[in-house]
Amino acid sequence: MSEHQVTVTVNGERYEREVEARKLLVHFVRDDLDLTGTHVGCDTGNCGACTVLLDKQAVKSCMLLAVQADGAEITTVEGLAADGEQTPLQRAFSEHHGLQCGYCTPGMLLSATYLLSRNPQPSEEDIRRAIQGNICRCTGYVNIVKAIRAAAGA
Amino acid sequence: MLLRALDYARPGSVDEAVGLLAGREDARALAGGQSLVNVMKTRVASPELVVDLNRIDALRGIAATPDGLEIGAMTTYAAIVDSPEIAAARPVLAEVARTIADVQVRNRGTIGGNVCSNDPTNHFPPLLAALEADFTIRGADGERTVTADDFFEGVYLTAVQPGELLTSVRIPAKEDTRDGWASITLGKDGTGIVNVAATVRGGTARVAIGCVAATPVVVTASADETAIRDAVRSADLDPPADVHASADYRRHLAEVLAARAVADAR
Repeated sequence: MSEHQVTVTVNGERYEREVEARKLLVHFVRDDLDLTGTHVGCDTGNCGACTVLLDKQAVKSCMLLAVQADGAEITTVEGLAADGEQTPLQRAFSEHHGLQCGYCTPGMLLSATYLLSRNPQPSEEDIRRAIQGNICRCTGYVNIVKAIRAAAGA
Repeated sequence: MLLRALDYARPGSVDEAVGLLAGREDARALAGGQSLVNVMKTRVASPELVVDLNRIDALRGIAATPDGLEIGAMTTYAAIVDSPEIAAARPVLAEVARTIADVQVRNRGTIGGNVCSNDPTNHFPPLLAALEADFTIRGADGERTVTADDFFEGVYLTAVQPGELLTSVRIPAKEDTRDGWASITLGKDGTGIVNVAATVRGGTARVAIGCVAATPVVVTASADETAIRDAVRSADLDPPADVHASADYRRHLAEVLAARAVADAR
């Protein structure tokens, strides 16, 4: 019924788009902005594959309407690395085999980024709590936790 | 996962929000969205107008007063977890908020949404019932305050009428009361199977049991295990049976967790 003008800054770049009020933020990011690194993994807000940073806070982008992000700053997985250079966190995931199929990985990276921005020296318990909203079907989480630990130690 | 078409409004004040909600029959308030957006995805609820409360600063904030804590309805679980005022005045609120779902949900989900959605498995209804909180509601006719006993009316039903908004919750000062919480959940920090909040003052315990009825079940008894368990048994609970637990198991858990919440109260 209603369309709205939405202005968002995503990974440092400003976008102005007209969107239907019913469009979820995850679909806006993927379909309107062509940033397909953010994934849709479930219909129910449980898996966290859609996790982005909205005004520096980790949120599930499938649980927000795109119009709610008007005026906000968003970071997606594409925005973590500057100039194509992997961040220490991304390198750690690679080195410690913190992914298999890679579907949960963008969400894991965003949740880990959020954790490390608030707690640069997390304990193992801190790390496990931080990724509680991110489900992985492949790895059993052990190497993800190792990767985040390594990145924090770096 | 395509929502039905909807209108969207983003008021900047409580009065504007109330006007929007009162002006249309099929309008719903959008707080944290961690429940509402989900039901809209499945089209279990498809409000024609969504009134986004997230830009109303007057609905956020935590203030310590001589009467206790005043918490804005749009205060997120994360803000409650991080609040120095709550840590000083009534830390059980943060302890419980910390166990809700996950980081992402806690960054958006709100105390107001938690009590107003009044799902029988929610955390804040039994906790605020045990703490004897007050609820301030604003409508077109003005403002009123409702006790916890009167606020929770039924499954998904509270004293907040269509066209009204919960604006804040007041939690009484702790003084010499001890607070406790005990729950059994689906996995770590998952949905509650049974949850129990307890406050103990002198030798008397006030216990609020969640997940066993449409609204929190409150019992009072002297703060010893036998009296507590007798009181819970005398409440004649008729909890639901589902794939997670039988009615008998929920009845059993209610007794055990009531005793545990009282014993752990501090």
